[in-house]
Formats: sequence, C-alpha cells, structure tokens
Amino acid sequence: MTETILMLLSGLALALGCFFMLSGAIGLLRFPDFYTRMHAAGVTDTLATFLIIGGLMLLAGWSLALLKLGLILLFIFFTSPAASHALARAAQHSEWKLSGTEARGERDREAKILDAPADVAEPDALNTDKV
Amino acid sequence: MLTATIVALLVVMALALVRALLGPSIYDRILAVNVFGTKTVLLIAVICFTLGKPEFLDIALVYALINFVSVIGVLRYFEFRAGSSGEVPND
Repeated sequence: MTETILMLLSGLALALGCFFMLSGAIGLLRFPDFYTRMHAAGVTDTLATFLIIGGLMLLAGWSLALLKLGLILLFIFFTSPAASHALARAAQHSEWKLSGTEARGERDREAKILDAPADVAEPDALNTDKV
Repeated sequence: MLTATIVALLVVMALALVRALLGPSIYDRILAVNVFGTKTVLLIAVICFTLGKPEFLDIALVYALINFVSVIGVLRYFEFRAGSSGEVPND
C-alpha cells in the first residue's frame, strides 16, 4: 500500500517536472530578449530539478542513493542561482544592455548615452554576430 | 514514467542546443550551455534509476561540479575580455 502511494507520488512529481522543464525550454527558445530567456531558463531550472530529483528520491527509499540525490539537489540549489547571477552581471557589464531600461542608478548613464549616440556606435566584438 | 522523463529531457536538451546554435549574443549561448549541463545531470540520474545502478549517481554529482566551474570560468573570461570590468563603459 505504502509503495503504491510512493510510486504514484513519484510519477506525479516526475510528470510535473517534465512539464515545467518543457515550458522552460520553449521559453528559452521563443522569448525575444536575452534577459527574458534567462528568466525562463533560470526559474524553471530550479523547480524542475527539485521535482525530478524529488521523484527519484521517492523511488529510491532509504539508501545511499537517497543521500547522493540529496547532495546533487543541494549542490544544484547552490550553484544555479550563482550561475544565473554571474551570467546577468556579465551581460550587464557588456554592451548588451536592457532595451529601454528604467533601472535606478542607470538613468544618468542612459541619458548620457542617449545624448551622445555616436560614442556608443562602436559595435561590441562579442555581439557582432546578431542574426 | 522514467522513460517519459528521459524523452522529455532529451527534447529539452535538443531545444537548448538549438538556442545555443541560434543565439544572437555570446550570453545566450552560455545560458543554453548551462541549461544543457543541468539537464545532463538530471539525465544521468534518471538513467541510473532506469538501469538500476545507483553507483552512477556519483557521475551525476561530478558532472554538476564540472558544469558549474566551467560556466563560471567561461563567464569570467568573457566578462573581462569585454574591457569593462565594473567601471562605466565607453569613457
């Protein structure tokens, strides 16, 4: 009886994880901007990972595999936000700014750039392969 | 359900590869590679449950470590190659 319930719960968690993962991949492919793509990928990464590893943990039962799955989950929970943060920071430091940004502290710089567009017309070497 | 999860993971990895090939900027590509690596960890974990060999989970753990270190390393490289390491650019 207990095993049947565990199997059902694990199947439910795996199915939900597959759904979130697929929606995140579609968002990664279809969204128009880099930052929106990063939102889709980063948000669904954490939840889908939690659901899939959780479903596997329900399948594993009390064993060493449970501990290893817990370690994988913990590590991904630490590193996924760190990687997202580093990615957004590197993109913000490059020329790949948010289009029409209204962020606080960015207004002066944006106004300066809007006043003198000739200064920023230099194309970045990293972004020259825009399709 | 494990087989369906494997198929969904493969589809997601294919979509991430498409984004990595299309990606207009270098950061889109790095993001897609990061997603691909995370999904690879999940794929190894699910495959080890399908085959019934829990010792493969060590490979997934090591792959998660390598994926994080490689993404951070590539990001540091491109961040400092862009010539604006924290200061106001273009001045």
